[in-house]
Amino acid sequence: MNIDSKTPMEDLTPGGDIYEAGNAREFKTGDWRSTKPIYLSEKCKQCGLCFPVCPDDAIPVGKDQKRTDFNYDYCKGCGVCAKVCPFGAIAME
Amino acid sequence: MSIRERLSGNEAAAIAMKQINPDVVAAFPITPSTEIPQYFSTFVSNGDVDTEFVAVESEHSAMAATISAEAAGGRAMTATSANGMSLMWEMIYIASSLRLPIVMSLVNRAVSGPLNIHNDHSDAMGVRDAGWIMLFSENNQEAYDNLIMAHRIAENKNVKLPLMVCQDGFITSHSIENIELIEDDKVKKFVGEYKPDEYLLNKANPIAIGPLDLQAYLFEHKAQQAEAMKNAKKVILEVADEFEKMTGRKYSFFEEYKLDDAEIAIVCMNSTAGTTKFVVDSLREKGIKAGLLKLRVFRPFPAEEIAKALEHVKAVAVLDKADSLNAAGGALFEDVTSAMYVNKKQVPMVNYVYGIGGRDTKADDIEKVYEDLQEIVKSGNVDNPYRYLGLRR
Amino acid sequence: MAYNLKQVVAEKPSRFTAGHRMCAGCGAPPVARMVLRALKPEDHAVISVATGCMEVSTFIYPYTAWTDSFIHTAFECAGANASGAEAAYKALKRKGKIPEDQTTKFIAFGGDGGTYDIGLQSLSGAMERGHDMVYVCYDNGAYMNTGIQRSSATPRFADTTTSPAGKVIPGKMQNRKDLANIIANHHIPYVAQTIAVNNFKDLYEKSEKAIYTEGPAFLNVLAPCPRGWGYNTEDLMKINKLAVETCYWPLFEVVDGKYTVNYKPKNKLPIEEFLRPQKRFKHMFKPGNEWMIEEFQKEVDRRWEELLNLEEITNKEQE
Repeated sequence: MNIDSKTPMEDLTPGGDIYEAGNAREFKTGDWRSTKPIYLSEKCKQCGLCFPVCPDDAIPVGKDQKRTDFNYDYCKGCGVCAKVCPFGAIAME
Repeated sequence: MSIRERLSGNEAAAIAMKQINPDVVAAFPITPSTEIPQYFSTFVSNGDVDTEFVAVESEHSAMAATISAEAAGGRAMTATSANGMSLMWEMIYIASSLRLPIVMSLVNRAVSGPLNIHNDHSDAMGVRDAGWIMLFSENNQEAYDNLIMAHRIAENKNVKLPLMVCQDGFITSHSIENIELIEDDKVKKFVGEYKPDEYLLNKANPIAIGPLDLQAYLFEHKAQQAEAMKNAKKVILEVADEFEKMTGRKYSFFEEYKLDDAEIAIVCMNSTAGTTKFVVDSLREKGIKAGLLKLRVFRPFPAEEIAKALEHVKAVAVLDKADSLNAAGGALFEDVTSAMYVNKKQVPMVNYVYGIGGRDTKADDIEKVYEDLQEIVKSGNVDNPYRYLGLRR
Repeated sequence: MAYNLKQVVAEKPSRFTAGHRMCAGCGAPPVARMVLRALKPEDHAVISVATGCMEVSTFIYPYTAWTDSFIHTAFECAGANASGAEAAYKALKRKGKIPEDQTTKFIAFGGDGGTYDIGLQSLSGAMERGHDMVYVCYDNGAYMNTGIQRSSATPRFADTTTSPAGKVIPGKMQNRKDLANIIANHHIPYVAQTIAVNNFKDLYEKSEKAIYTEGPAFLNVLAPCPRGWGYNTEDLMKINKLAVETCYWPLFEVVDGKYTVNYKPKNKLPIEEFLRPQKRFKHMFKPGNEWMIEEFQKEVDRRWEELLNLEEITNKEQE
């Protein structure tokens, strides 16, 4: 999205409409984080419990139904994932 | 050949809507506009239109549903009056800020309280700064014609603003008068198809409407609306030209009735203009050079054009059918006086608040205004510019 | 096909993206995301959202976190907004202005303030008129967006900024409104109360039913707010579980008037378990305030019994 606080009036979309659905992905919220989840892949059993609890969609899940490391661009460090993991595969630091 | 009919103002508005055949009409009953959705729902029930009629549970929802129907890519219309407009007020601003060319019939009535169901313009004046194009109609014919022109103005790419067509509650909404209707196919061709560039139901390109618009953006978005309102002036005249070609009926920002050589003039809107024309004619017979400026386009306000039209007059009375309760004068008066001042036209001006809550304004009352104007011309003084017409005291 | 969480998450796209600005650990985004995952991937949605946390932090110009079409207008009219868009869909479909193979679903989201209180009329109207839509209330039990003011969804005794627990008045003095039952009494095709627990099965399946049941549907979803409730942020899923295990938030659905209680805990936990971790109920645990916990428990029990009775009665009638 090439609109920012310097964009002249003529170039802003009318009414504040946004024509690129889902473009919030361009807005990184990772710098909100004060604690950081660490993914311990060796302990992970890919049970899937952490997938849906992340409010920030920061746990990437592949087509193989397996998660990978956190997307720290968005993770706000809430710790909800660490708490639901039955295997201690997410450590907060 | 046009169709000669006898219709009330509400029937005329409903027939216009039938000919426009919008996608969605969402409305709620309120006197005196109730008949419009009543007639229209009959058209829906009888299959005369292919509109979805949404019988909402409030005027707030009427405007909310109209907004989202228009945003979805449909043509959406509604009608209301008075307190219905008050309840819509929040959504009225949102409709224009989202740049949705909704068209509404506003059948003017006094806003409570105390409760009164009769005509004045307090409902319209309450939304005069809301970013809607506001057209006023002297009679059923004009209410009809303004609606036929409405979508062409509102939907123009350089405008994209909602539009309301006002007419006087009961006085014109419920009076049956002669009217010339345009043939259905001609209206269909004139109004055309609505093809927005971006809309909610476009699956191929989903959009988001109605953001949180913070300090860095709201100012510019408001200025865009202001720009669109300025653009509307040109479009209103272009559409009027085309309409004249189709019907022979001429419209502009205002009608100048015997104003050319007038020495004293009244400025007013809606049905009072009819009474005033009658008085002007009788005064002219007596050799008194009376004239009228009947404002049709209240928003955008044609300030420069009004100033030019009134510059030669020796005294002007502006009639406000709503009191601003500001200890200074009515809204129309303030707009006209400021137009005159900014355009350096020094003409004595006087304001009359009149007709509140449906109080009859008769030829005698209007004659009194012209008498006062003659006095003002003689003395050169306006001792009290903020006056009432027909008030018991 | 049986619900498989991993498959759902892996195969169905997230329609509520990262980059939104809800608080860390907020209970609402996982709910909204899972509701939308219940859409068939090929279907399109028009989402209308009431003013509130979920709107002001997901669509801040020029960024939107919604991948479907989205409209927000004001606080009290998510129901009416969905109605209008759905009406336009019907009209445009009829007129052949929308491709025949396009399916668009209409989903409204509102917080409890925008749903139980200021938006109740608009919601009720939309449900009564029979629009083909789903209204999802994410209930966090107060006006969180404006700073934790009490709503009619706030539980009794909760300490909020407009029902503060003071020396004379110990928090909110009224019981919460039972919205799911109010909407069920509109006699619409589908009403359910749910929450994000375990592997989100209940939430997902109810969302799917709500979205694909023709006509109006309503989902009431508890969505904890760490800031407003005062529990440890990371305990979101524990709080959800306690809400269900104490029967504070029963899971049930009403299909064509027939009640089904979807989960009946074998050992119904005492309400203290749900109340204790939350600062908004802290004053209830002071010595001398035992009566408050008792009262709270009584109300939970009364409503639970009422629900079980409704299940029995409505199923008997169907036989």
